[in-house]
Amino acid sequence: MNRTSKAAPIRVLIAKPGLDGHDRGAKVVARALRDAGFEVIYAGLRQTPEEIVRAALEEDVDLIGLSILSGAHMALFPKVLALLKKEKAGDIPVFAGGIIPDEDARRLKKAGIRAIFGPGTTLQEIVTTAQRLARSAA
Amino acid sequence: MTRAARMPPAARAILDGDRRALARVISQVENRDPKVAAISRALYPKTGGTPIIGITGPLGVGKSSLINLIVARLRELDRSVGVVAVDPSSPFSGGSVLGDRIRFERRADDAGVFFRSMASRGEAGGVAAATREVARLMDAAGFDVVLVETVGSGQVDIAIRDIASTSVVVLVPHLGDEVQTLKAGLFEIADVFCVNKADLPGADLARKDLSELVGLGAGRSGWTPLVVSTSTTQPSGVEALWTAVETHERFLDSSGQRGIEERRRLSAEIVELVRERVGRELSVRLDRDPDLRKVVDDVVSRKIDPREAAERLERGSAFRR
Repeated sequence: MNRTSKAAPIRVLIAKPGLDGHDRGAKVVARALRDAGFEVIYAGLRQTPEEIVRAALEEDVDLIGLSILSGAHMALFPKVLALLKKEKAGDIPVFAGGIIPDEDARRLKKAGIRAIFGPGTTLQEIVTTAQRLARSAA
Repeated sequence: MTRAARMPPAARAILDGDRRALARVISQVENRDPKVAAISRALYPKTGGTPIIGITGPLGVGKSSLINLIVARLRELDRSVGVVAVDPSSPFSGGSVLGDRIRFERRADDAGVFFRSMASRGEAGGVAAATREVARLMDAAGFDVVLVETVGSGQVDIAIRDIASTSVVVLVPHLGDEVQTLKAGLFEIADVFCVNKADLPGADLARKDLSELVGLGAGRSGWTPLVVSTSTTQPSGVEALWTAVETHERFLDSSGQRGIEERRRLSAEIVELVRERVGRELSVRLDRDPDLRKVVDDVVSRKIDPREAAERLERGSAFRR
């Protein structure tokens, strides 16, 4: 949002909402984004939607990535989007990854999740999409 | 027009407690946005009264976990707190993973706390170039205390002393024998030593070594560092740690050392800013100004050496427009 020079790194929050201890995926993505020059704020496990939005605002991120493998995505993702909107931060793009059935993914995209990555996605695809989303919001 | 009316809206918003505005201006400071100059200038007179507490020490000693407990303690005391936590940027990609937030457990609706992660962006010494200014913004924003967590520090990462009014050096058992404590650098900047992970074997010895070190005599300022033990897994000692920090802050006032130290820090900041500006300007001119290119040519062709070139530039008009 405040990228005033092209050299400024993209700031992205990576968080795992809800009760879900599987953080390997989030860590792999965090490292790939680091290696692509992102500043990754790694919020880690068991974050409530409120904590995620609070962190996104304090850290002034350009982008939010949510990882979930618990099955609670239909409850938690819309909550994050609604809270962002409530804080007038609905312009921060949110992408997601994890185990999300195609039908749910379609509905979540309609609700405003900008990209959803399932198993088998390459890291390059995630990095490229994240760069595109950050640029589109800037 | 009154002075207040000329204040940039972002500065006014920060003074009024707008946390989004604070977050955005912090990004602008990090990104060296030229708009920041007016905001900083407007806020500067409102700063200076807030204790800025540096938390430093090697990687993995528990700085983030301690900050989590210190913040909890400060909230018990009904004091608001701003935290800036620095982690390293990759020298290869420029990217970073800022992971200090994962230790942080606060209610999401607690307006008395503001936590900001920051990448070092190529700066050596344990903090980022923007850290001092960000701590100052938090001061202006009205927090009662500002905590600054450095990157995991090595023996010479002591830049925190140019930012913090009190520096806490966090150590753990088995980092080395008592001779390590005599070495120059990190051990010299401690106002408070904190032996964390005090629940582990060897903590008593670490504490004893540090107590012997501080027993060798007070530092230049007349302050003898305090030594405390803490544990974050079986929480203990954090109240004593905070009491030690407050004892040092009181010493700064009663001894007159606060003014002396602040003068030293601000002088260092001015020197740094001038060095940065003059350096940047000179780099550009050495490349573009025909007269100055000639000086470089003479060094390249071995007619004069770099030192003489520097002296010529200093004597000449290189620094004048």
